[in-house]
Amino acid sequence: MGSALIQYTVIIILLILIAIPLGRYIASIFSNENHRTDRFFLPMEKVIFRLSGIDNRLEMTWWEYVKALLLVNGILLGFAYLILRFQGGLPLNPNGITNMDPTSVFNTAISFMTNTDLQHYSGESGLSNLSQIIVITMMMFTSSVTGLSVAMAFIRGITRKGKTIGNFFQDFVRGHIRLMLPLAILLTLMLVAAGVPQTLDANTTVQTLEGAKQVIARGPVASLESIKHLGTNGGGFFGANSAHPFENPTALTNILEILAMWSIPAAMPIAYGRIAKNPKQGWVIFGGMMAIFLMMLLTVHLAESAGNPALVERGFDSSQGSMEGKETRFGISMSAIFTAVTTAATTGTVNNMHDTLTPIGGMVPLMLMMFNTVFGGEGVGFVNMMMYALLGVFIAGLMVGRTPEFLGKKIESREMKFIVLALLSHPLAILIPTAIAFLTPLGMGAISNEGFHGITQVLYEFTSSSANNGSGFEGLGDATPFWNISTGVVMLIGRYISIIALLAVAGSLANKQPVPETIGTLRTDNATFGVVLTGTVLLIGALTFLPVLVLGPIAEFLSIG
Amino acid sequence: MKAIRISLLMVVICGLVYPLLMTGLSQLLFPYQAQGSIMKDSKGKALGSEIIGQKFTSDRYFHGRVSSIDYDASGSGSENYAPSNKQMIERTEKEATKRLKENPGATKGDVPLDLITNSGSGLDPQISPEAARFQIPRVARATKVSEEKLSSLVSFYTEKKELGVFGEPRVNVLKLNQALDAIVQKNKG
Repeated sequence: MGSALIQYTVIIILLILIAIPLGRYIASIFSNENHRTDRFFLPMEKVIFRLSGIDNRLEMTWWEYVKALLLVNGILLGFAYLILRFQGGLPLNPNGITNMDPTSVFNTAISFMTNTDLQHYSGESGLSNLSQIIVITMMMFTSSVTGLSVAMAFIRGITRKGKTIGNFFQDFVRGHIRLMLPLAILLTLMLVAAGVPQTLDANTTVQTLEGAKQVIARGPVASLESIKHLGTNGGGFFGANSAHPFENPTALTNILEILAMWSIPAAMPIAYGRIAKNPKQGWVIFGGMMAIFLMMLLTVHLAESAGNPALVERGFDSSQGSMEGKETRFGISMSAIFTAVTTAATTGTVNNMHDTLTPIGGMVPLMLMMFNTVFGGEGVGFVNMMMYALLGVFIAGLMVGRTPEFLGKKIESREMKFIVLALLSHPLAILIPTAIAFLTPLGMGAISNEGFHGITQVLYEFTSSSANNGSGFEGLGDATPFWNISTGVVMLIGRYISIIALLAVAGSLANKQPVPETIGTLRTDNATFGVVLTGTVLLIGALTFLPVLVLGPIAEFLSIG
Repeated sequence: MKAIRISLLMVVICGLVYPLLMTGLSQLLFPYQAQGSIMKDSKGKALGSEIIGQKFTSDRYFHGRVSSIDYDASGSGSENYAPSNKQMIERTEKEATKRLKENPGATKGDVPLDLITNSGSGLDPQISPEAARFQIPRVARATKVSEEKLSSLVSFYTEKKELGVFGEPRVNVLKLNQALDAIVQKNKG
């Protein structure tokens, strides 16, 4: 425990040290302030806008913003569909990978555009090098910057006065040029130095010490690996994802990947605090997220280091914890924190197999995805947290009999309708398809682990899809049309309904006349509000899903042995 | 139309310029790692990747972890057995029995768990130092190298936690066996 605590503490301190300047930088990028890096970045942006003929200074209403976002995402989806469908005959295919079948393409294209990165294929055998770079790597950038843009538009909406919330193309291009690309270039080189391959050559064959032949898959891994984490994407180059030694060769690359996927979501509340001119409120939100995160991290750590109850009971060694599905170089600590961060920041990259986690250990990633807001995915996690904040203000306001206000703007029925729509779409998109899967042989046939764990496998798949996470209880035989189509639809619902609803809230709040703060105003930048916020997330998140958690992981925990 | 143009521009920048630029720079700066850290023997023949596990079954070698894909590195992954899965429990029992036969006197609880469980990737290049030490009696019998010598070999190839803090101590099985081969050759010569 002592050694784990030191590792966790160092990582969290590093996170905070990175998040503070990063939050400020993000705020400056999206406030379109002058910055000393303009000399370098501005000419590139000008070229892009000139070539595309877009006026990036044109302000958009929330609906215009949504339309531009959906249009760009739709075009990229179509592009991805064509490449994946016909990759067999396209260049950069040294290993002779064949075309992907239509429902797999449907699933994969949606999966990467929605920042989910659920994978019903294995990269080694399913994708050509061209697909890995021009579809997968490309969408890892565009989907994460789309999420980031949504968050920034949302923040503008609630902090400014007027009809508009910014220009989508401006946010989209600046997010790439000033944030994601520079960070990805830096991280790629660090990963290659540590052993992650980056080559366009075909797989290589070696003769092992025992004289057998071993074919070793490789490719442009590092350039995908870096943005996979920075953009909270999570789709691996290889089937085993970040458990694969080529994706994550050492404990140090493990920390780099953890920090890469965690830093931007953690910097969002700080960026928000700066733009809203209320840094304290940013920290209250950060604190709320961190409090829930620590509870979850502690739970998964304790469960995994105690070992698998079924093996411990049979007299096996329990000193190493539960090592099935984990890598030697990571052990329990580096696996537990990776699992917590990847589902908190809804990245979906895994460095150990979540299906093999102990019952309580496996419940942690599931719950973090059900919350979908403890740091959360690029941009959208923060927006979800703000949704809970508005909800918290509303509930607290009703309890004490005051008009709920946030940043001096009244929260009224129009906003609440959109918030409830966003709030309910998540559990409905999880629970209804889960129930349907249990009713059909197409769904039931995919379950690979019998008993209560099988329930969790199905639940996890849809939770991961709706939360746009992308990790899985991978034993599930999900490479079938049923799963490709059902999870594809759930990913779309999970992504776009809440984006549209919450930008509508932002547009509506932007339009409102601010009311002056009085002594009766419920403060949203103190510890009391932090407790209200955390309570709202826990209460609504936990209560919505409690029954199904009892059927899955909790029942497995009670019956294992 | 404008949206199409900007989308395609981002495809070119993020999907072609960036990955190709990264490939070029990586090949220039870190050619060994960028190609997959492929180790060569004295004759220049590729014998494996430093960071990808290999299958070892001979008694003369230290063995790696259980791999349901038999260390086939053209793929990766594992069976994804649940903690309550019966096949997983049976497989672990079977592996433990096998290991105990090689090491008489030991009991089930003595077998280091990493040695008898499936890694996540199926390609784990490393085992815990305990798992390496547990195999010393068998390797000593098969290679006629003394247990003391093997023990110091394992110590030499034990990598500590990164920066003394992060991850776990571990032994790279391929490197250990390569060194073992060299010792056996020398003894013969």
